[in-house]
Amino acid sequence: MMFDANTGGGSNDVQWCFSQVKGAIDDDVAEADIISTVEFNHSGELLATGDKGGRVVIFQQEIENKSQPQCRSEYNVYSTFQSHEPEFDYLKSLEIEEKINKIRWLPQKNAAQFLLSTNDKTIKLWKISERDKRPEGYNLKEEDGRYIDPNTVTALRVPVFRPMDLMVEASPRRVFANAHTYHINSISINSDHETYLSADDLRINLWHQEITDRSFNIVDIKPANMEELTEVITAAEFHPHQCNTFVYSSSKGTIRLCDMRASALCDTHSKLFEEPEDPSNRSFFSEIISSISDVKFSHNGRYMMTRDYLSVKIWDLNMESRPVETYQVHEYLRNKLCSLYENDCIFDKFECCWNGNDSVVMTGSYNNFFRMFDRGQRRDVTLEASREGSKPQQVLKPRKVCADGKRKKDEISVDSLDFNKKILHTAWHPQDNVIAVATTNNLYIFQDKVN
Amino acid sequence: MINTTECAVDAQSLISISLRKIHNSRTQRGGIKLHKNLLVSYVLRNARQVYMNEKYAEIYRMQQYEEVMTVCNEIQELNPLDLAEDCEEQRGDCCGNGGVSEPASLCCALLPVSQLVAVQSAHMQPPSACSAPLSLQSDEVCKETEPSFYQSCCAEAYPVSNCEFSPVNNLHCNKTTVLDLDTHVVTTVENGYLHQDCCASLQQCCQGAQYSGKKRKVDFEYYISDIEEVPDFTPCKRAKFEDCSYANSEHLDTSNISNLISIFGSGFSGLVSRQADIEQALALNGQFCSKQALSSLGAMTRAIVAF
Repeated sequence: MMFDANTGGGSNDVQWCFSQVKGAIDDDVAEADIISTVEFNHSGELLATGDKGGRVVIFQQEIENKSQPQCRSEYNVYSTFQSHEPEFDYLKSLEIEEKINKIRWLPQKNAAQFLLSTNDKTIKLWKISERDKRPEGYNLKEEDGRYIDPNTVTALRVPVFRPMDLMVEASPRRVFANAHTYHINSISINSDHETYLSADDLRINLWHQEITDRSFNIVDIKPANMEELTEVITAAEFHPHQCNTFVYSSSKGTIRLCDMRASALCDTHSKLFEEPEDPSNRSFFSEIISSISDVKFSHNGRYMMTRDYLSVKIWDLNMESRPVETYQVHEYLRNKLCSLYENDCIFDKFECCWNGNDSVVMTGSYNNFFRMFDRGQRRDVTLEASREGSKPQQVLKPRKVCADGKRKKDEISVDSLDFNKKILHTAWHPQDNVIAVATTNNLYIFQDKVN
Repeated sequence: MINTTECAVDAQSLISISLRKIHNSRTQRGGIKLHKNLLVSYVLRNARQVYMNEKYAEIYRMQQYEEVMTVCNEIQELNPLDLAEDCEEQRGDCCGNGGVSEPASLCCALLPVSQLVAVQSAHMQPPSACSAPLSLQSDEVCKETEPSFYQSCCAEAYPVSNCEFSPVNNLHCNKTTVLDLDTHVVTTVENGYLHQDCCASLQQCCQGAQYSGKKRKVDFEYYISDIEEVPDFTPCKRAKFEDCSYANSEHLDTSNISNLISIFGSGFSGLVSRQADIEQALALNGQFCSKQALSSLGAMTRAIVAF
């Protein structure tokens, strides 16, 4: 991958500017509009979001405007479609939510784009294709579709394709259903470009992209006696290069790396990544805050990152005993865990992401704050996604939370934080310093200042 | 380390908050979330452990205080003859067969005064010979009273407030109700004495703590909506212990919480380590016969403290 000099810079090199915000302005948030997943495609040209209403909105980056080089191209709506609908499982008397849990783009093979989207139970493969030509000049049909009386036809002509306004169509090509008893939390596409995995609370299944009526179970942690259940699977991902390797994280704070060559059922891990708990930090909520909410491989495949409630950890795949780096996201919340338990915030599942060259990692927090950690420079920054800072090209001011009582100017005290404004989903462009940050129902796009 | 001195009250509120969350999750859209409820059950377990530790510590402190008082009283006004007769009489009733070979005086000397008092109070209740407190002194005594202890208690109605009869009412009278979800036996811890107040099923009680595998499997499978095992639920039994267990519940919806506990308690048993409880109790109270107390509640007890 080629990176230009501006990309991958540390947080002190990069000044982040507001670029765009998508979504409703009013404070009254409709539940269906809550963004539940954000994902760039492999080139970064397309940005997909899923919401609680089961819709997928895809934005496309326009070709750079050469006359305005200081303004990087914008993302505009490319396609919108209803991916999943609410369903009812009559056998269990359960409603199945239409909320999109994850979207993953397939590598592009032809002119069309493909993505996988999933709700709690069903995964769908969508084809997004463009139509910018249409056939004209039929012999038996008028342009408006009316049929011509054959008796009036005196000459024949061959229909030709003529340009038309661009139309983007999304059509479901495959539906992968009825393979998960529990709620699906992850999907991950294999580097072999043929298979993908889907993970629920207790099982991981391997699918072929073309075959919908069959999947292979590769991990099953359901105990024989459900009363002995002690942990669930929280996230899973294939290695970016090794098609036989995948990892899954658990609610106990462990990560297991599995090799599919070892056996058909990968219940036995090849590696177990676990950091011993610090006994001085023991509390009622130790189990909750150690539960891993997201796991992501680095682009180079040497590291993986995990997110638990208070921290981000970077693991070297060759060292299982402890992470190589740990970053505290919002340590000031450690004393507030009881309140966060009461209002359910402690169960929020934050995601994390790498930048293009794995030098910086990013994750969300509360009060619409998000954090970036520069691994090389050992610096971190807290930024805010808000309408106040949303003038075009306005540089984002670093924010600071004051944990003790001595609040300095421009700092925010812990008690003033708005826990209803949370950033759970963030995404980083695969090559450039462009980030997509989802607040509750708005999508913010920031980019680095181009000089 | 969880700061237990401040947390006994917090533990109570955490338990009720957690139970409420589990209850609410049943009506949430999209079905019960296994992950979230698993995490809530961990909090519940932690809070329960802290709460029970606090209770045991309190009981132990009370016992120590009373033992000191006993020694003082004995020094001052001891009439060995009278005291021995009383002890023998009561001990005989209490221990059933009377197979214990210890002399009366020794027995009395072994029993702290608080126990004597409780034995007296027990005799005020019909008709149980062996409603004696479970926290007996020596291992031999404990073992022998075990079977008859269970039988006699079945006849008792709940809630009988032993506190009213007991002279230890002068002391702080704490009652904590423990519901054993395997045997559906409700036990009250009162100033350190465990009484079995009632049971949903007479047979179960008399047979000792019998593990009803089916019933345990029931509720958790139902709870997670897994259709692989069919629930085998008997509502009538639930109603029975609902009445007797939760008469004293204050701010929680009794029927909902009892349903909740019956569902919850039979699940996540891997989280609840009875061994850990015993070890903790033993660590706190060297003399306190908690090991016997807990073991007598059954081989696979999954008790949850209810309020």
